[in-house]
Amino acid sequence: MIHFVLLISRQGKVRLTKWYSPYTQKERSKVIRELSGVILTRGPKLCNFVEWRGYKVVYKRYASLYFCMCVDQEDNELEILEIIHHYVEILDRYFGSVCELDLIFNFHKAYYILDEILIAGELQESSKKTVARLIAAQDSLVETAKEQASSISNIIAQATK
Amino acid sequence: MALSGMRGLSVFISDIRNCPNKEQERLRVDKELGNIRTRFKNEKGLSPYEKKKYVWKMLYIYMLGYDVDFGHMEAVSLISAPKYPEKQVGYIVTSCLLNENHDFLRLAINTVRNDIIGRNETFQCLALTMVGNIGGREFAESLAPDVQKLIISSSCRPLVRKKAALCLLRLYRKNPDVVNVDGWADRMAQLLDERDLGVLTSSMSLLVALVSNNHEAYWSCLPKCVKILERLARNQDVPQEYTYYGIPSPWLQVKTMRALQYFPTVEDPNTRRSLFEVLQRILMGTDVVKNVNKNNASHAVLFEALALVMHLDAEKEMMSQCIALLGKFIAVREPNIRYLGLENMTRMLMVTDVHDIIKRHQAQIITSLKDPDISIRRRALDLLYGMCDVSNAKDIVEELLQYLSTADFAMREELSLKAAILAEKFAPDLSWYVDVILQLIDKAGDFVSDDIWFRVVQFVTNNEDLQPYAAAKAREYLDKPAIHETMVKVSAYLLGEYSHLLARRPGCSPKEIFSIIHEKLPTVSMSTVAILLSTYAKILMHTQPADPELQNQIWTIFNKYESCIEVEIQQRAVEYFALSRKGVALMDILAEMPKFPERQSSLIKKAEDVEVDTAEQSAIKLRAQQQQTSTALVVADQSSANGTSPVNQLGLVKVPSMSSSVDHNSTDPGMAQPNGTLTKVDPQPQPPSPSPSPDLLGDLLGPLAIEGPPVAGESEQNVVSGLEGVAAVDAAAIVPVTVQTNAVEPIGNIAERFHALCLKDSGVLYEDPYVQIGIKAEWRGHHGRLVLFLGNKNTSPLFSVQALILPPSHLKMELSLVPETIPPRAQVQCPLEVMNLRPSRDVAVLDFSYKFNTNMVNVKLRLPAVLNKFLQPITVSAEEFFPQWRSLSGPPLKLQEVVRGVRPMPLLEMANLFNSCHLIVCPGLDPNPNNLVASTTFYSESTRAMLCLTRIETDPADRTQLRMTVASGDPTLTFELKEFIKEQLVSIPTAPRPPAPAPAAPSNDPGAMLAGLL
Repeated sequence: MIHFVLLISRQGKVRLTKWYSPYTQKERSKVIRELSGVILTRGPKLCNFVEWRGYKVVYKRYASLYFCMCVDQEDNELEILEIIHHYVEILDRYFGSVCELDLIFNFHKAYYILDEILIAGELQESSKKTVARLIAAQDSLVETAKEQASSISNIIAQATK
Repeated sequence: MALSGMRGLSVFISDIRNCPNKEQERLRVDKELGNIRTRFKNEKGLSPYEKKKYVWKMLYIYMLGYDVDFGHMEAVSLISAPKYPEKQVGYIVTSCLLNENHDFLRLAINTVRNDIIGRNETFQCLALTMVGNIGGREFAESLAPDVQKLIISSSCRPLVRKKAALCLLRLYRKNPDVVNVDGWADRMAQLLDERDLGVLTSSMSLLVALVSNNHEAYWSCLPKCVKILERLARNQDVPQEYTYYGIPSPWLQVKTMRALQYFPTVEDPNTRRSLFEVLQRILMGTDVVKNVNKNNASHAVLFEALALVMHLDAEKEMMSQCIALLGKFIAVREPNIRYLGLENMTRMLMVTDVHDIIKRHQAQIITSLKDPDISIRRRALDLLYGMCDVSNAKDIVEELLQYLSTADFAMREELSLKAAILAEKFAPDLSWYVDVILQLIDKAGDFVSDDIWFRVVQFVTNNEDLQPYAAAKAREYLDKPAIHETMVKVSAYLLGEYSHLLARRPGCSPKEIFSIIHEKLPTVSMSTVAILLSTYAKILMHTQPADPELQNQIWTIFNKYESCIEVEIQQRAVEYFALSRKGVALMDILAEMPKFPERQSSLIKKAEDVEVDTAEQSAIKLRAQQQQTSTALVVADQSSANGTSPVNQLGLVKVPSMSSSVDHNSTDPGMAQPNGTLTKVDPQPQPPSPSPSPDLLGDLLGPLAIEGPPVAGESEQNVVSGLEGVAAVDAAAIVPVTVQTNAVEPIGNIAERFHALCLKDSGVLYEDPYVQIGIKAEWRGHHGRLVLFLGNKNTSPLFSVQALILPPSHLKMELSLVPETIPPRAQVQCPLEVMNLRPSRDVAVLDFSYKFNTNMVNVKLRLPAVLNKFLQPITVSAEEFFPQWRSLSGPPLKLQEVVRGVRPMPLLEMANLFNSCHLIVCPGLDPNPNNLVASTTFYSESTRAMLCLTRIETDPADRTQLRMTVASGDPTLTFELKEFIKEQLVSIPTAPRPPAPAPAAPSNDPGAMLAGLL
């Protein structure tokens, strides 16, 4: 099971955190601090796994961003590594060649998308197409609501003129 | 630049990004938080859009690492917003900001439930996602039935069902009782027929969790898993969108194979054949390709297949194929594959006997010890540690020693501990062992724990041949210019004890020894000074005839330390000074240390301690544990049978610096070792086992020995089980009576066999020259099924065979028909159904008789249908534990007792004992490392499944007493469980003491009365 997902930039800035196991706020910051120390200092040609406090952290660097997932020791590491890539591919498709800035300004989108891929720390959907479709449907729901709201407020505004 | 779609939010993020330093950033954040706080305060003017925007800002600030201690309510309240955009934000931000223990979540349960059972599909999805990600126990109890309905609903679309499946998985993890095994098993099997791969992937994750706890209920899923695997890996029958770099959903393949690893075997030959065919295809058909992702995905599947093959104990041929593959992997350039190759080789060691084949790769593994990547080095170290045996110990340990000087600090402690253990376990000769440890101390003194040097002192003390060698070595090290303090300690100790054996060698006169040791004194800490003082006293004693100059020198030192601020040192100085003036008295006090009693190495325990970690059970670990416990039993048996154990089982006793009489009070009382103590229950009085503790030690420990466990056998029973004092004697009488009346002598110890069977599920219950009774048991909830194997060992038949069960009142037992005659060399199987009605520690008795020639033989045997068989381990987290613990307040649901006369054992051993009784120790719940917290579920008809919690508080200063608290929802259960645990703690398992004495109060139950009368 994936206990948490972290996106950390090369400078150690946190871009996304998602916790599937209960950690208090204090523990969360401690984990982030510790792991950034371990992972950001690793050289480029090493393996993608780090052993940490009885768990394993599978991570991969994409440009300036490190995607990390913490799993149990006996979990299949490569499977997790490819879940990371799966997520990245979906982000890439959604944003059109994704970059760190996309994830900074649209961090909420990154959360929506993650929620379509993982639940309870397990993979939920392995089809990129399906995820893309669901996210598009969500976006259009939000859009429609916005339009409705604005049209109603227009009506009210005009009526009360 | 991509923007968030919310102007205010984008502006805020830009501002933060433009902050030149951390200080500015904090100012900007504080300003924003102040702004949000005021806006939330007068909520009236807040439009849904604004509320949404502020909540997102909060999350962003939170992500940056700032404390956000308000506004959670606003986030939660958005969940009940009528419109999708707000609701969506409410759900997502809540599940990011709060964890499952947050109080506010409770407020949302109703809204969440309404969304789940409502008609709006998108709301259902949002609610299921949040519950799946942060739902806690309360959610589990109130939502599980609704979620289950959604999974199997035919009107729900896959997007809802896959979320529901994972949501249920979360709820099941929080409380396994929410999934009713009987009802759900069939549904689960149906779910595996699902065509939509999203739903199937989620369902497979759910299945993995379910079978990891209880595979029995889900047998029907096994063939379906094989089918799915065939569909994916062989037929490649999946929609295009579910292939990943050309591989049919690698994740689903991995999950399916993971699920299969929780079934002990695949019995059906056809299924087995199909499965092996697929596995063979995966093993042979996976090639290394250029594309990284394709490579990773295919190897993810391959490694899982390897694990499954190992689990299934496939044919030799397939196993050697696996090892060949792993051998290839550990030599490739790709670091991930190298890492996994090493990791899986280590796992392979745990499950099968492939040492010899793996040894061929030793050179390659040693190379990996020098890999630039610490992750890989760790794996290599683990593997070397696992594969080490007598034949390669020398090479491996020397390799580790060499590596020690260049290893990174993070690894040195582990490395030195492992090297020390291997040296001890597999030493070809003891002088080599001494060399290794001294080198260890020399090279990595800071990382060598005290245990390690205590241990070498023990070996030397117990092996006379070794003493001059060790002393000479110690002397050599003292010549080095700068040595580690631990080296000073160990060499001072060794030279104090044994330097007189070197007296004739050059540079080893008492004077020279003294001066070279004394050189180090100014640089060492107080604890070492204490050792040095003892050494001086010993040198003085060994210098015969006395050398006045040396004597004066040493006396001056003693005088100087008489006013030392450290009491310990002051006392030593005063006493040594006084004693050394008396001459003869000194001889007595400082006589050579007696041999240490032999016990298990504390180093090995320490290493095991390090290895105990994650709570989640994996198939491989489970199996390895089973194997380990079984060998542990064997070892225990051996040591009790022989009275002495092999050298490498030597145990550690207290600090060797305790050479002065004053210190003996603090010596571990555990050194009065368990030497197979006999109690009156023993049917076959054994010859007293040779006591490994010589009289000398007995004298020194006089007062302690009286309190120690060997004598505790009798007194303990009275002290501890005063309640059933009388009854216990009665119950204990069962076995001796049997033996006396029979002309036929049983083979082996009946009571020991019974005790062994209390902790495992199959084995021999009874054996004599004519008959052997074996038992195999399966337990599920409050039901049990025992099979008695009655075997005739002779070439002529056994007649008048009779087996009667005398059940205690709390067990319902039905024995199937037992044939009157057992043919020559035949074995009959008699199933025995057991049902547990309520908690009790009474034992069932099997009254077994037969006639051989003219001999009528009758034995009454206790059956291992004891309390702990109805316990099922369950691990609870702190969140689950504490509310339960608090809600069970005071007697009769929670009972506390101080238990004295406990068999002294280290905490880890106690934890193992608990685990073997199915009380699972939950590490980390109690902040005090001297305490244990364990949990289990008890099954009986009256109580149903009931959670039981236990806390043991030990006193590190006195291991013979502890305080125990037991809690459960049933007063009888609490009492019985408490008594049961007590029996486990005070009894010596190899000593035949009934674990379950007769009932506490005289009952009118015929079975119990009978058992008592017998």
